[in-house]
Amino acid sequence: MTLTLAFRNLFHDRVRLAVTLVGILFSIVLVAVQLGLFLGARKMITATIERADGDVWIMAYGTKNFEEAQPIAARQKFTALSTPGVIDAKELVAAFTDWKKPTGGSSIVVVVGSDPQEGPLVPWNIAEGSVSQLNTRDAVFIDKTYLEDLGIKAVGDIAQVSGNRARVTGLTDGVRSFTVTPFVFTTLSRARQFLSMPSDMTTYVLAKTEPGVDPVAVRDAIRAKIPDGEVLTKDEFRSRSLNHWLFATGAGVALIGGAILGLIVGTVIVAQTLYSSTKDHLNEFATLRALGSSSGYIHRVILAQAALSGALGYVLGMIIALAIVWFTENTALPIVMTPGLAALLLGLTLFMCAISALAAISKVTRIDPAMVFNR
Amino acid sequence: MSSATVLEARNIVKELGRGAGKVRALKGVSLDLKAGELTLLMGPSGSGKTTLLSILGCILTPSEGTLTVAGTDTTGLTAEQLAVLRRQKIGFIFQSYNLFPTLTAEENVRLALDVRGERGSEATVAAQRALQQVGLGHRLKSYPGNMSGGEQQRVAVARAIAGKPSVILADEPTAALDSENGQAVMELLADVAQSTNHAVLAVTHDPRTMKYADRILKIEDGLLVGEERRPEGVDTIHQLARGKKRKK
Repeated sequence: MTLTLAFRNLFHDRVRLAVTLVGILFSIVLVAVQLGLFLGARKMITATIERADGDVWIMAYGTKNFEEAQPIAARQKFTALSTPGVIDAKELVAAFTDWKKPTGGSSIVVVVGSDPQEGPLVPWNIAEGSVSQLNTRDAVFIDKTYLEDLGIKAVGDIAQVSGNRARVTGLTDGVRSFTVTPFVFTTLSRARQFLSMPSDMTTYVLAKTEPGVDPVAVRDAIRAKIPDGEVLTKDEFRSRSLNHWLFATGAGVALIGGAILGLIVGTVIVAQTLYSSTKDHLNEFATLRALGSSSGYIHRVILAQAALSGALGYVLGMIIALAIVWFTENTALPIVMTPGLAALLLGLTLFMCAISALAAISKVTRIDPAMVFNR
Repeated sequence: MSSATVLEARNIVKELGRGAGKVRALKGVSLDLKAGELTLLMGPSGSGKTTLLSILGCILTPSEGTLTVAGTDTTGLTAEQLAVLRRQKIGFIFQSYNLFPTLTAEENVRLALDVRGERGSEATVAAQRALQQVGLGHRLKSYPGNMSGGEQQRVAVARAIAGKPSVILADEPTAALDSENGQAVMELLADVAQSTNHAVLAVTHDPRTMKYADRILKIEDGLLVGEERRPEGVDTIHQLARGKKRKK
């Protein structure tokens, strides 16, 4: 009966219910968008590091993220290869440069150069073409999201990268950068040419460790050999990139702040409507108390009201949030929705509603059942 | 009378308010309620009727004195323990019915059983039986808003008797009803007292209710000032109407 009573109390005043649901819905959509953007950003920031085939990264000292690294000597590859526990080491070039559009104008891009056969970082999520086509003359791969930004209509179009001819031979799908700067994948030698980088220089050396060998031990061993360089495990470089883009720049703080704001707004709205609903039904709760119900019984009615509001608001909010996710799927800053985030949102919604119910419960706890005789 | 005493109040004193505003609403009231009897508590406004009813119903606690309900001494019981006693031993009928407007008649009665921990099909059958007992077997699915005042008060009576309490306490049960419905409710309460062996106490101003009573207690200024008991062998109006004779 507690659920029946809670349900009837809720649906008895449909205007109030609508206000409650709008509050929860607004809160869920805001939190979903903010956390979805956060997850999307996180995924974009770490995508290249995750995808690259290397357990230990050697780079210029002070490198903060994948896109912004200074060149280092390519011979560090041999330093890595001579370290016990390393089975392979490869060069990877990545840096910002200028892209001249065939339609006029220019744009900043991040050139990523790697051996198309050996790696360590070849384009993935191929939408058109094949990685082997990177071996053809002037070949580059770009993401189809950026076709318009780069003035490209289709595969086969020609552009210029730092004054060098570049022909789009393939497209990726969803390989985007957090900085909204398009990645241009090409071969190692062509990347050096685009970036005017000597062949004895590189941006990264990625060392692959033997199975069962601790990358931290390998990192320490390489670090001892390159005291003026930066040697990080994959996890460390991923964390450093995330910290830089999400926290040092304030972008992540803004997203998390927005999510917290959404929770606060939702909690206040639900608390206000639950409190006023409880106040309206105070005589009924006093009657229940006079009839001998325990405090717990009345609290269950209020919590059931809160949970029902939360569940309804969650369903409506998720429908809107999923629609937003769908609409942003192919944009430069996609919002990500994962089963984990959906479960977190449900938990947050129920938590928010439970917190909201506290004021109402506090009100009803002080109820005097003798008021039933004063009506 | 050989009926069992189900409620025993001794020297009940109740002080309301604090400091200079303190008022002695009850000044030492003693009374017994016996199974099978309909007792009326009559008195002018401000005489302490409702305060006494609240204490007898374990809603308020006395400042002094003792109260025993169905063999349980209420002295020192916590609010939750008093709530347990209320839901197990006491049924209430309120002046304004206090039904839940969003629940049907049957659900209103079932709610009172639910509070007692009685659920499922047995509770539904018990609720339906109680409503049939008060003549509302045809109104099980009606909402209070679609029922007359008399019908609503009968739902309240059904709610009070469904859990088979030892004592039923009614606060001005006819005050919000017209004469015809008021009489019907009093007949019902008298019937409940006799046929189900409950002790029924009704607080009332209404002199028309006196003819249904087995006993009338008069309260003035916080003290019981008189008691009239229907003489042995004399039937109440209700008993005459039913053609019954009280057991000697």
